[in-house]
Amino acid sequence: MKKMSKSSRSAFINYGIVLLFYLVVQLFISQGRVSSSLMGQLVPICVYVIMALSLNLVVGISGELSLGHAGFMSVGAFTGVIVAMSLKNAVPAGVLRLIIAIVIGAAIAAVMGIVIGIPVLRLQGDYLAIVTLAFGEIIKNVLNCLYIGVDGHGLHFSMKDANSMNMEMDGTVILNGPIGAVGIQKLSSFTAGVVLLLLVLFYIQNLVNSRNGRAIKAIRDSRIAAEACGLNITEYKLKAFVTSAAIAGAAGALYALNYSTVVPKKFDFNTSILILVFVVLGGIGNLRGSMIAAALLTVLPELLRQFQDYRMLVYAIVLILVMLLTNNEEAKALVARISGRFRKSKAVQE
Amino acid sequence: MDSVVEKKEMKKDRTDTSPILEVTNLGIDFGGLTAVDEFNMTLGRSEICGLIGPNGAGKTTVFNLLTKVYQQTRGTILLDGRQTKGMNTTQMNKAGIARTFQNIRLFDKLSVEDNVKIGLQNHVNYGMLSGVFRMPGYWREEKKAHEKALELLSIFDMQDLAEAQAGSLPYGAQRRLEIVRALATEPKVLLLDEPAAGMNPSETAELMENICKIRDTFHIAILVIEHDMNLVMGICESILVLNFGRTLAKGTPLEIQNNPKVIEAYLGKKKEVS
Ligand SMILES: Nc1ncnc2c1ncn2[C@@H]1O[C@H](COP(=O)(O)OP(=O)(O)OP(=O)(O)O)[C@@H](O)[C@H]1O
Ligand SMILES: [Mg+2]
Repeated sequence: MKKMSKSSRSAFINYGIVLLFYLVVQLFISQGRVSSSLMGQLVPICVYVIMALSLNLVVGISGELSLGHAGFMSVGAFTGVIVAMSLKNAVPAGVLRLIIAIVIGAAIAAVMGIVIGIPVLRLQGDYLAIVTLAFGEIIKNVLNCLYIGVDGHGLHFSMKDANSMNMEMDGTVILNGPIGAVGIQKLSSFTAGVVLLLLVLFYIQNLVNSRNGRAIKAIRDSRIAAEACGLNITEYKLKAFVTSAAIAGAAGALYALNYSTVVPKKFDFNTSILILVFVVLGGIGNLRGSMIAAALLTVLPELLRQFQDYRMLVYAIVLILVMLLTNNEEAKALVARISGRFRKSKAVQE
Repeated sequence: MDSVVEKKEMKKDRTDTSPILEVTNLGIDFGGLTAVDEFNMTLGRSEICGLIGPNGAGKTTVFNLLTKVYQQTRGTILLDGRQTKGMNTTQMNKAGIARTFQNIRLFDKLSVEDNVKIGLQNHVNYGMLSGVFRMPGYWREEKKAHEKALELLSIFDMQDLAEAQAGSLPYGAQRRLEIVRALATEPKVLLLDEPAAGMNPSETAELMENICKIRDTFHIAILVIEHDMNLVMGICESILVLNFGRTLAKGTPLEIQNNPKVIEAYLGKKKEVS
């Protein structure tokens, strides 16, 4: 038998975790043991896990900071809704329409990634953080005053109000400014979410363990040495960033098509930070950790409904603790001592 | 190693006697400070040349100029007969200059093998999607890169460390890995910045042998900065002495050892640098 490398073993464990999670949830559903509020969280869990993977590609693997990842999600979400609604008659099959919406949502988000990445990733320093932060806010505000409708003649746009689109009587408003997208047909499902999650996991893990991913990690570790090895820094940084944006767009489309209405305000700075929290909590560069953190922190508020008011407070405290634990030498030594003792005592028992 | 020797010999025209590197009047100012000035050098195609001088003389700055980490204020660098004006570090490497760093800069979180594979990056040819979807190109090129990386690591007898994390290697091994990574880019000129720093005498002796072996195997020019006079006098065919950013002397090891100016400025101080 061929010896499996460390990285591919870890990759298979990640697929296993996702599949196990899927099977367990399906089992519980068939036994009727899942509450309706938890049922409603299943697609968002997949979405946020995908978002965490996407952001980890930028923050952990590529070593850049994006503070506007919800912006890419938003682009994917509203693109997906527009595609799904305008193809209602042309493509009656729901699953196919969902796939098309996700693909186009990802593509438009990728274009946004290219538009931001090409000028910004040429610079050295934390410019990406500033520009993505602005991008998230701009997208939110543009969508807040964007009206889109569809009728027999095709798509109509306006920046003023729904009436000035001059649609036929039978036209439907897809995007209604601050009210957001309304009357969405629910196409997403837990199964679709898990399939997308597995595809994203496959894509990122194989990317990281190939020529391009290696270069992306090398640039993170030492930019100067990478240049001295003949690597085009901007090219690889752009590949990571655009891939990440596309994945965020796909997640956004999946998310939006899970609800009957979606408002632009949903994808604000808080959401961007929430995703960053998943990545930081799960471990920067640690795909599995960020997946678990995203899943737990998405269901936790649902499970601890009565403590909802304190959610952000708890996040802040946990974030501070984690930063202390990962950056403070004494705290790290303490954890190592405790886990060392724990392992030892386990070894004794065996 | 044999296959490497054969390939190189077929590729290179050994009778070419034109210099690989021609530097004229190179200079750089940092604000008011002139770090290097009127630096001139010609380097033969398979010459080992030493660059020495007291601390702060501007040796590393010369390397940073040759690799375009800094753009020169004045002067020209001709690499293999080609002008290098306006080129950046990446392009300089592709044109044939590779280097190591005085303060080691490895890709710490990558494995030893992956560090070498980054050096091979521009010789490994498959696209992003064939990497993701594991197409035949991926398997073929990765296998080639793996074999090549191990072959290069074997120069320093490091093939057993291939899977170790680069950042966890001992100091001496890190310096050797930097040389292997630079070699992997298939340079025509190899710049070594204090390769023996932190090595004990027996490690240094081994390094000297290996530097000569690399030159003889790959037929490349090597420019080496070093404070260890045994190494410099032992392996260099020519030596260039810098002091306060200016060239103090040039010549063979014997000439340099007997040059009164050098003895006064440099050897006379009897500075011991680890
Ligand atoms: N980026 C920079 N900005 C300002 N001054 C610089 C810069 N880089 C180098 N210098 C100055 O240029 C001079 C030469 O430095 P350099 O590092 O080349 O010396 P060196 O000969 O390599 O010394 P050492 O033997 O200690 O490595 C020093 O005075 C240094 O302070
Ligand atoms: Mg130096």
